[in-house]
Amino acid sequence: MKWLTAAPVNLALPLVMALVMGMAPAAVRADLTIEITQGMDNPTSIAVVPFAWAGPGAAPVDMASVIDGDLARSGQFAPVARADMLGLPSTEAEVFYRDWRASETEYLLIGRASQDGALRIDYEVFDVVRQTKVLSGYEAGPAGEARMLAHRVADQVYEKLTGIRGAFATRLLYVSVARVTNGKDYYRLTLADSDGARPTVLLESREPLLAPTWSPDGNQIAYVSFETGRPAIFRQDLATGKRDQLTNFQGLNSSPAWSPDGKSMAMVLSKDGSPDVYVMNLANKQLTRITNHYAIETEPVWMPDGKSLLFTSDRGGKPQIYSYEMASGNIQRVTYEGSYNARARIAQDGRNMVLVHQQDGNFHIALLDLVTNRLQILTSTALDESPSIAPNGSMVLYATKSGDRGILAAVSVDGGVKFRLPASEGDVREPAWSPYLGR
Amino acid sequence: MKHVSVAGKLVTLLFTAAFLVACSSSSTKEEEDAAAAAAAAAAAARAAQEAQAAASGAAYSAEQARLEETAAAYGNVFYFGYDSSNLTPEAIDALNAHIAYLKTNEKNLRLEGHTDERGTREYNLALGERRANSVRDYMVVNGVASYRIESISYGEERPIGYGSGESNWAQNRRVELVLIN
Repeated sequence: MKWLTAAPVNLALPLVMALVMGMAPAAVRADLTIEITQGMDNPTSIAVVPFAWAGPGAAPVDMASVIDGDLARSGQFAPVARADMLGLPSTEAEVFYRDWRASETEYLLIGRASQDGALRIDYEVFDVVRQTKVLSGYEAGPAGEARMLAHRVADQVYEKLTGIRGAFATRLLYVSVARVTNGKDYYRLTLADSDGARPTVLLESREPLLAPTWSPDGNQIAYVSFETGRPAIFRQDLATGKRDQLTNFQGLNSSPAWSPDGKSMAMVLSKDGSPDVYVMNLANKQLTRITNHYAIETEPVWMPDGKSLLFTSDRGGKPQIYSYEMASGNIQRVTYEGSYNARARIAQDGRNMVLVHQQDGNFHIALLDLVTNRLQILTSTALDESPSIAPNGSMVLYATKSGDRGILAAVSVDGGVKFRLPASEGDVREPAWSPYLGR
Repeated sequence: MKHVSVAGKLVTLLFTAAFLVACSSSSTKEEEDAAAAAAAAAAAARAAQEAQAAASGAAYSAEQARLEETAAAYGNVFYFGYDSSNLTPEAIDALNAHIAYLKTNEKNLRLEGHTDERGTREYNLALGERRANSVRDYMVVNGVASYRIESISYGEERPIGYGSGESNWAQNRRVELVLIN
């Protein structure tokens, strides 16, 4: 087993997941795909014109293409194909509205990227119908962060046009597995941009890796590794690569979940008999036992206010979601519909809960509105699991199967938009969407 | 498990050879050499036997071999129903054979619990542990000391059959018994 700090990804890895859209070299692009399978009925038409470039050599990344891909993946936008653009303006003076009205473009995004030491993108968005500029701004950062700067521009444009904060400048953790016939598989804990680009292997092991999760500030991750021969929870700093083993108890050590204030971690241990939820104070490693029941109690997750935990328990005979109130210790059952509801994740609004829900023998991702108690099944495939919500609450990333291979897929919380992120080889599973990341 | 058994047979063989040679009355130089060699072999065999006895806590015996073979014939994998940790009649028959053998020695063992792919990974980790513990509890009730048994769950992480469908799922819902020494 070896573990790696964030080094530039080896794109030759056959396992490497999905970049988006057009601009990568052909040899790389062959491995990497995002397939939008369902969008909204009336997406907003937006033209993202290739950015002008002022800097040494060619632009490091086609930033307009990255933004184009982000907006398309949201399902709420229909980007105009470059071949259909009657002009390629990069400044306001070059914008002729009639050209864009002719192609029924509703919004126009133009920009200029430059590099003089740091990289900088200046951009403007125009409302073609009203013939007005609706947004202008810039993003700046290190030269190697061209893709991240482009995602930040996409975030600004998305927020301006939808009223919802963008979550493109975020990252994904997931586990990819390369099968070995008659031997132990390779497990790779992988970090990638929200569009699957720039995958980086953080940890490789011949023993299982699972349950990756983020600290609330996005600087650290935790996961379960069997590298010691038994399951143990590890914590790892993304910037330094430094890591430490948090638990080494007899039995299960699993389901790490940071508290919203970052000071504690909920987890599942079976050291006292059956699996129960505990909370570890990360400063002194002291444990507080949360549940005490002979049933399976697992998959804890914090409500955004930190005042209660959700967890899965089969204390009623079948797995259902329960809540635990920290102050009172009260436990309440949350889900009633169906015979299998598990692994809840909660949106930052504290209202939309996504979970794994069984119906007619199949496992789907469902959304439970905690205010109306309405349960809506979002997916139609059979073996869906590990839902993870974007920090803006708009999309749910999850794992499913295509044939006998594990792939990642995403669905909007209203079920209207769907896309898949199949890997070219091997299995991918257990996606964990990062929180908003600091700059 | 296998190599201990072979070592045991070897010890028996050496003993028999040494016994036969030692019992023959002879006075030639050649025979004395043979006797000396046999004595050395017997000493080595005793040492090996002592080492084995120290390691396993029990001497090899024909009965033990029979029980080991019986247990081996049942295989070391016990299967379960969907979302169940109840021992099936087949699993109990196999376990009884293993328990009979384990009572003749002091070997430690590891029970590895597994599930099929249905349901969530963390729930399945817990279910795999429940299965391993179900086997452990049956063994302990029937006389295998609990300190000899380690349970571990791999959940759905280590399937035998990778595809979906009951034929794959059935072979993945299992506990594997692994002898450690």
